[in-house]
Amino acid sequence: MLNISDIMQTVNMIDHQHLDIRTITLGISLNDCAHPDIKTCSRKIYDKICRKATGLVATGEQIEREYGIPIVNKRISVTPIAQVAASCESDDYSVIGRALDNAAKNCGVNFIGGYSALVHKGFTEADRKLIASIPKTLAETSLVCSSVNVATTKAGINMDAVALMGRVIKETASLTAAQDGLGCAKLVVFANAVEDNPFMAGAFHGAGEPECVINVGVSGPGVVWRALKDVKGKSFDVVAETVKRTAFRITRMGQVVAAAASERLGVPFGIVDLSLAPTPAKGDSVARILEAMGLETCGTHGTTAALALLNDAVKKGGVMASGHVGGLSGAFIPVSEDEGMIEAVKSGVLNIEKLEAMTCVCSVGLDMIAVPGDTTAETISAIIADEAAIGVINNKTTAVRIIPAPNKNVGDSVEFGGLLGSATVMRVNSAVSGEFIARGGRIPAPIHSLRN
Amino acid sequence: MKAVMTVTAPDRVGIIAGVCSLLAEMDVNILDLSQTVMQGIFTMTLLVDTSTSSHTFDEIRSALIGRGEAEKLDIHIQRADIFEAMHRV
Repeated sequence: MLNISDIMQTVNMIDHQHLDIRTITLGISLNDCAHPDIKTCSRKIYDKICRKATGLVATGEQIEREYGIPIVNKRISVTPIAQVAASCESDDYSVIGRALDNAAKNCGVNFIGGYSALVHKGFTEADRKLIASIPKTLAETSLVCSSVNVATTKAGINMDAVALMGRVIKETASLTAAQDGLGCAKLVVFANAVEDNPFMAGAFHGAGEPECVINVGVSGPGVVWRALKDVKGKSFDVVAETVKRTAFRITRMGQVVAAAASERLGVPFGIVDLSLAPTPAKGDSVARILEAMGLETCGTHGTTAALALLNDAVKKGGVMASGHVGGLSGAFIPVSEDEGMIEAVKSGVLNIEKLEAMTCVCSVGLDMIAVPGDTTAETISAIIADEAAIGVINNKTTAVRIIPAPNKNVGDSVEFGGLLGSATVMRVNSAVSGEFIARGGRIPAPIHSLRN
Repeated sequence: MKAVMTVTAPDRVGIIAGVCSLLAEMDVNILDLSQTVMQGIFTMTLLVDTSTSSHTFDEIRSALIGRGEAEKLDIHIQRADIFEAMHRV
């Protein structure tokens, strides 16, 4: 028989420390849905998604009941639509966006990702059409998520794409102004995007992926926070070891659920993404973990070091617990989705410059940040360029999910609701970056991209 | 299916009897059981085998949770493999 204290520890993690599986994401290839007529292409996409994902939600809910573990989200990721739609003789791809939205609603999932284009080295005609349709699609749909990869360590940074995405983000905010620019919360600009990410808004089903695949994202900031409370005042050796042990347990749970979902759905298991993903709920915050290491408020001096330790220890603990680890794997710092981050911004301790530093050592980037509605497209592009540079030079994924909240100023509050949370509008640097962004072209790949 | 049950509640007479008789009514076999009282809180863990029962796992789970709510017991039942995975390398 298992040890009674081990059993009660697991039960307490689920009941009181918000331990859950954050998402089971079914990746579906849509390559075989290409067709010159966009309506036929959309119908094929809708039919295929509904066929492949029909049992996803019911299976997820059955696993929840049997294992006693909440699976917060069931989601779908698809082949980047720019690749599928390239065959279509049409200039407006938003009809495909609506087909994705309808398919997601029909399957009962809460997001579908992959309204995406990969343009790190340059644009195809289809990439340009897709990017042009992003604002309209995000305004017209509720469950579709979009992402654009503008840089890789191998290719460098496509600065034309960076400039374009600044304008696309502004237009998306404008078309969803009635909801404080909500469309931008479903749009991610990546550097070094990964092909098997199960988390939204950036999930898509990459070119090297199989026909269908199950990827699972675990969570559990509350469990790590609780464990660190028990080692107050101890050295960082103890802190790192505590995080590793906790991450191991969390990931094992993810692995068991991933294996069960894969077997029951008859779909191969892809990866477990070892991410600490916060929610706006109290006790489910990454910021509070950093504070538990001894910082008064997240964002003060020492925060970057604390996050670096956390991110690394999560990976070390998790990697042995799963057969295949992938996705983004690390600690997320989405500001509006993290109760502690929200408070840290409100108190004025956490600012955009410190967040940028933190993105050098966390798993993603400037995530769910609200900025004033009058922030220019060029400034947003320059923020994207900075993040892309961090990703490209450090050989890691970085992303920007930024909301220029219409008619909002520094200090105002923006409500997105649900898991997307609420954000306080942050100050951006007012000095102009327009001439820098107007140059266009590509920032070359760094020397360490030449590894052959 | 092997499952782990946990029962916690303020200690009183008859908790084990109540839970175990419900399991017996549903033909669920108890493989192992341990219980303790910590600071007045009764805590029991059971390893059970649901394959001896004609009821589905969902039915057994609903019956246990229903009984727990009626008698103010906090009852969980989960597949045993999750605990083995989390606590054994």
